[in-house]
Amino acid sequence: MECVFGLVGNGFAILVADTSAVHSILVHKSNEDKIMVLDSHKLIAASGEPGDRVQFTEFIQKNVALYQFRNGIPLTTAAAANFTRGELATALRKSPYMVNILLAGYDKETGPSLYYIDYIASLHKVDKGAFGYGSYFSLSMMDRHFHSGMSVEEAVDLVDKCIMEIRSRLVVAPPNFVIKIVDKDGAREYAWRESVKETTVS
Amino acid sequence: MARYDRAITVFSPDGHLFQVEYALEAVRKGNAAVGVRGTDTIVLGVEKKSAAKLQDSRSVRKIVSLDNHIALACAGLKADARVLINRARIECQSHRLTVEDPATVEYITRYIAGLQQKYTQSGGVRPFGLSTLIVGFDPYTGIPALYQTDPSGTFSAWKANATGRNSNSMREFLEKNYKETSGRETTKLAIRALLEVVESGGKNIEVAVMTKEHGLKQLDEAEIDAIVAEIEEEKAAAEAAKKGPPKET
Repeated sequence: MECVFGLVGNGFAILVADTSAVHSILVHKSNEDKIMVLDSHKLIAASGEPGDRVQFTEFIQKNVALYQFRNGIPLTTAAAANFTRGELATALRKSPYMVNILLAGYDKETGPSLYYIDYIASLHKVDKGAFGYGSYFSLSMMDRHFHSGMSVEEAVDLVDKCIMEIRSRLVVAPPNFVIKIVDKDGAREYAWRESVKETTVS
Repeated sequence: MARYDRAITVFSPDGHLFQVEYALEAVRKGNAAVGVRGTDTIVLGVEKKSAAKLQDSRSVRKIVSLDNHIALACAGLKADARVLINRARIECQSHRLTVEDPATVEYITRYIAGLQQKYTQSGGVRPFGLSTLIVGFDPYTGIPALYQTDPSGTFSAWKANATGRNSNSMREFLEKNYKETSGRETTKLAIRALLEVVESGGKNIEVAVMTKEHGLKQLDEAEIDAIVAEIEEEKAAAEAAKKGPPKET
């Protein structure tokens, strides 16, 4: 039921994730942020086993930071993706992490990039990617409307189309989504798409 | 029976750990390093032995970042330093991973000192031959801190301290001239202390300034030369003031 998808545009990459934390039939919270800022210019959107999701992405984040302190320069997006995939591969035949990852980043030399890393440690560099049941709808929408070098407005419009499809066609569709973007100015939150506000206890 | 206490770290009959004392000797032969704590700035300065012409001086950084808010300078065996710095960097990230909070300066100092102490109590190993100056801002209170560790594994907090070559002269200077400073004044105090024992000039000293907002910033040669020039001017003005008044009788 977790929907994660993303695409690469003109000088930026955008990642979208649903924000429900679900356990069987209970929704724990509907504002769970599943897109982690890996470093100043990288985003990692993860879906899967909740414990693994948080533990694994935090572990990757701290190792990326350690690399930067040791070497004085940050990892490239490709290097970070390969490192992540390597960790998944090492654990695969012992105690696998059940996490699917979309890693988006911006490098000064090579521009924006998006990597598709699934829980059995496949790694693909892609222009658009998606995980979960939502992928049936978002990938189809992206296949129809995506073209390379989209502007931010065009990309967000496509994202909204995908979210609309998921909301209307997926039986247990998550109500809320978070959109994050990474470009030359860094990785940051772009917007939320909420149809159900998290209620607070008064 | 009596002489083997020089080769491994066991007690001598008169209660000394010779290996630790020899390690302190190694520190005394290392580059001069000074640290000064201001109210909103902490400055580290290290003597730079004249670089060989063909050497790329950027690869010999003596003041390093351990985390976004913690930096370290050391005097002594640089190869030993690499090992300790690496372990400290890993510990900084490990702390963040386990408790989801950045480590305090005191925590990392305690960790490094603990490592140094371990090697004074194991068989067949020698102590690390370096003393470190660790600086940083407390991530929660924003209060600046300066700590020093030595090969024996002791550590303590300081307002200003020096280690390495001629550290006694620098410490005496700091004791005489220390006062609460901030910003550029802290940097000047640190450089003045270093210039007591080092040849003047941006080529011979490496200075880094840490602030809460900008983290660690290494000063480049031009900036150091500018401050050194200011210091020389102030010194000359002070000399002139001393000689000046008596003539006006």
